[in-house]
Amino acid sequence: MKRQVTGLIVLLVVVAFLVLGVLPPIMRDFGYPPSDMDDYIIENAQEETGNNNVVTSVVFDYRMFDTLGEATILFTAVTGVLLLLRASKRREESS
Amino acid sequence: MLTKIVRTVANQLIVFILIFGLYVIAHGHLTPGGGFQGGAVIVSGVAMLLVAFSSQELKKSLRERVLSIMESSGALIFITLAFIGIGTVFAYNFLVGTPIFGRIPPTGPNPGDFWTGGVVPLMNLAVGLKVVAGLSAVVLALALFAGGEEVEE
Repeated sequence: MKRQVTGLIVLLVVVAFLVLGVLPPIMRDFGYPPSDMDDYIIENAQEETGNNNVVTSVVFDYRMFDTLGEATILFTAVTGVLLLLRASKRREESS
Repeated sequence: MLTKIVRTVANQLIVFILIFGLYVIAHGHLTPGGGFQGGAVIVSGVAMLLVAFSSQELKKSLRERVLSIMESSGALIFITLAFIGIGTVFAYNFLVGTPIFGRIPPTGPNPGDFWTGGVVPLMNLAVGLKVVAGLSAVVLALALFAGGEEVEE
């Protein structure tokens, strides 16, 4: 019973945090505050990077550093899964 | 291992899944998609083979060492391509205007020329290789672990 009450309180706090964090950007008008970066990319992406797909030109050219981080996350996840499964197998054998 | 009907259908279907995944990877600079998405398509085909056949059967053709080498080489190609353009800035698109993938399409709607995009198609291929190898290794390792098998070196 006590655990359930604690879980309910934690849930309410998290939901309130999320709602208060998410609502203010949604309550603004669409497209405000205006940004100059997207107009620049839409107008110049094909000429500068040669890509018809503007999203790919952002991901692999303008914001390439973020994509490098994304690939690193994938690499780390794969390495962790393989290491973890192999290590747990080895521990079962030794014990 | 499932019944013969499922195995036959999976055998026929994997060809089309591989072709579609390769299409999404290779045309990442022209159509929606790219390396990550096309790699996920191909890995879904691998998961289908894993369901249709057993994981022991699939282990014979997908060696973990080969998958590790594929993933590492994909990451290396990616970082190398990013570092070649460091004379201007990190990850500079140095191939635009050169004979390799260098044509510049007209601004606005156009039919789409494959030989465009500079360094982006090569990076899509590298990321696709990386995603295919990495996620296949994860799916296969989890299936083998659930079946009580050892991950093959």
